[in-house]
Amino acid sequence: MEIIYAYTRRRSEFGRPCHFSDRAAEVDVDIPPDPSMASAFVLRNPVDSYVQHTSTVSEHEVNTERVEVQSRGVNHVEGGWPRDIDPQDVEQTIRFRKKVEKDENYINTITHLGTLMEHCIKQNNAIDIYEEYFGEEEMAEVDDEPPSAKTINVISMLTACFDVLLLKRDPNGTKRTATHLSWHPDTYKKLAVAYSSLEFQQNVKDMSFDSYIWDLENPNKPELVLKPTSPLVILEYNPKDSHVLVGGCYNGQMAYWDTRKGGLPVEVSAVEVSHRDPVYGAIWLPSKTGMECFSASTDGQVLWWDIRKLSEPTERLVLDITRQGLLENALGAVALEFEPTMPTKFMVGTEQGIVIACNRKAKTPPEKITSTYSGHHGPVYALARNPFCPKVFLTVGDWTARIWSEEMKESPIMQTKYHLSYLTDGCWSTVRPGVFFTTRSDGVLDVWDFLFKQKDPSLSLKVCDEPLSSLQLQDNGRVVGCGSKLGTVSLLEISSGLCTLQRNEKTLATAMFERETKREKILEARHREMRLKERARSEGRESKVEEKPEEVLDRVRREFFQAVEAERQRRVREEPQRRRDKVPVGTGGAPAGTEGSASAFQGQDRAGEQA
Amino acid sequence: AEVEETLKRIQAHRGVIATVVINAEGIPIRTTLDNSTTVQYAGLLHQLTMTARSTVRDIDPQNDLTFLRVRTKKHEIMVAPDKEYLLIVIQNPCE
Repeated sequence: MEIIYAYTRRRSEFGRPCHFSDRAAEVDVDIPPDPSMASAFVLRNPVDSYVQHTSTVSEHEVNTERVEVQSRGVNHVEGGWPRDIDPQDVEQTIRFRKKVEKDENYINTITHLGTLMEHCIKQNNAIDIYEEYFGEEEMAEVDDEPPSAKTINVISMLTACFDVLLLKRDPNGTKRTATHLSWHPDTYKKLAVAYSSLEFQQNVKDMSFDSYIWDLENPNKPELVLKPTSPLVILEYNPKDSHVLVGGCYNGQMAYWDTRKGGLPVEVSAVEVSHRDPVYGAIWLPSKTGMECFSASTDGQVLWWDIRKLSEPTERLVLDITRQGLLENALGAVALEFEPTMPTKFMVGTEQGIVIACNRKAKTPPEKITSTYSGHHGPVYALARNPFCPKVFLTVGDWTARIWSEEMKESPIMQTKYHLSYLTDGCWSTVRPGVFFTTRSDGVLDVWDFLFKQKDPSLSLKVCDEPLSSLQLQDNGRVVGCGSKLGTVSLLEISSGLCTLQRNEKTLATAMFERETKREKILEARHREMRLKERARSEGRESKVEEKPEEVLDRVRREFFQAVEAERQRRVREEPQRRRDKVPVGTGGAPAGTEGSASAFQGQDRAGEQA
Repeated sequence: AEVEETLKRIQAHRGVIATVVINAEGIPIRTTLDNSTTVQYAGLLHQLTMTARSTVRDIDPQNDLTFLRVRTKKHEIMVAPDKEYLLIVIQNPCE
């Protein structure tokens, strides 16, 4: 609706001064309400509308930086002296002290306190209220606890930032086996793990060669990344110098690292003089310099090295059982064992299932190999001496774990039952002489307590789904680390029942081993006797008759026909009896029949003999 | 004189390692230990005694601390508090 107001003015009146005058109000437009338009609207009752008048707020999240806390002590320095006395000035302090001592109050107080104190001192001297009253009872409680173990940490090669157990995507994607674990010798919070792929010819091009040192306080990120030239199969801390590690590579070289110097090896052995196969065993030797180690590999050699000069080994031994030192006959070594209390002797477990004990200080190379123990059907994956009874050692291979005594070379003194899966690694407990651990290729860790039960493990724990490849126990015997095929390292804490020494355990265990050794000796002696007897008997027979094959044949034939003849005559004797009993019809034919058949036999015999 | 005798007698008991007398401000008056250890004991035990005393009095205002014994792995520290002074004795109990 348009509202128009027309305003007219003559042209000649433009520009004239304005005269303003009052005018009455005039209605220009009057728009009455139109009820018909109301139908276009809908009545809304109730109406709710709102008005927002609040302060604007926003939500923020903050994750603080990790705060490192350190415990510190406070050093107290002299204080409390009155203002005019300088604590450094000895004379002033002495004077102050003397003044106090003259004080009446002081004397009274001290006498009073003195008597009180004396009373208590005498009390202390009279009875010790904190002594162990019920010592034996406590021991009994410990036995009831069932053995158990719990996982305390899992270090995985894959780690991601959002999961509590921390999995971080491994950039390569190829999972490598954790082939060997070594605990830091002093602090039990660090672990060096060697990763490599032990599948034959499976080296993916971009598989990383790195191995890591993990700090247990920080399982997200390795503390140090070791970068060798070829993947490490084995890695060991030097027990004397905890910054030095030696590693054996997949291509046979040896390398050593100093953790203070970073991740690259300080020195690597020359390829020509190193092993020709992956290094499966490397152990430090307790020498004065702390710089010697030795290594073994499936190429059949055991090499001794001085770390400072890795360009060539200091000594070499070929594992040839025929004692001729020929590399062609040598057996490949898969496990190496060394006991620091017997520094000249060491043992090697081979791929062929034989354990060779060697003496390093023998005069001539053939004599270096002192004895062999064969018994496993497959490679001996682990070899360990019992820390309490050094003559007894454990071998793990194929489907069993066997315990041997050094004196018995023919057979093990004890062995576990045949499992359904391969046993991959094993070690003795460092605190209990009768306890040892084994890992299986179905991901189970077994704890055996041979004093308690020999048929089954005391504790079987399924650690993971993939095979477990390596095992290492901390020196305190409580925590065990196991590495799996896919590179996950799990740390388990064993219940105290399995890692505290019981009363008399050492004597009992030693007695058990001796008993088994004696049993084996007796069995062996019996076997030997039987064998000797057999040999003697067969030798005796041979001196009487020099039997040639044809004569043997004749003798056998003669014996056979004699037996047939005897049988025939027996039947002939029986026939008349039967004939008398039965009806005599067609009996004429019967004897003739038998006679005929016997003669037919004899005819055949003669024919055979002539032939 | 008497004081000397008392302290000497205390020191002579079996197992007593050291005796220290400190005043209300924590200044060692008499001691049989070297200075730095004495200062350490003085400062720390003084605080401990004050805290113990206030604890006892918080629980029951009529009560008061008469003696404090701290048994540790290696020895026993005994503190006899008073309004103004503190007598500390370190003893190795009879085991």
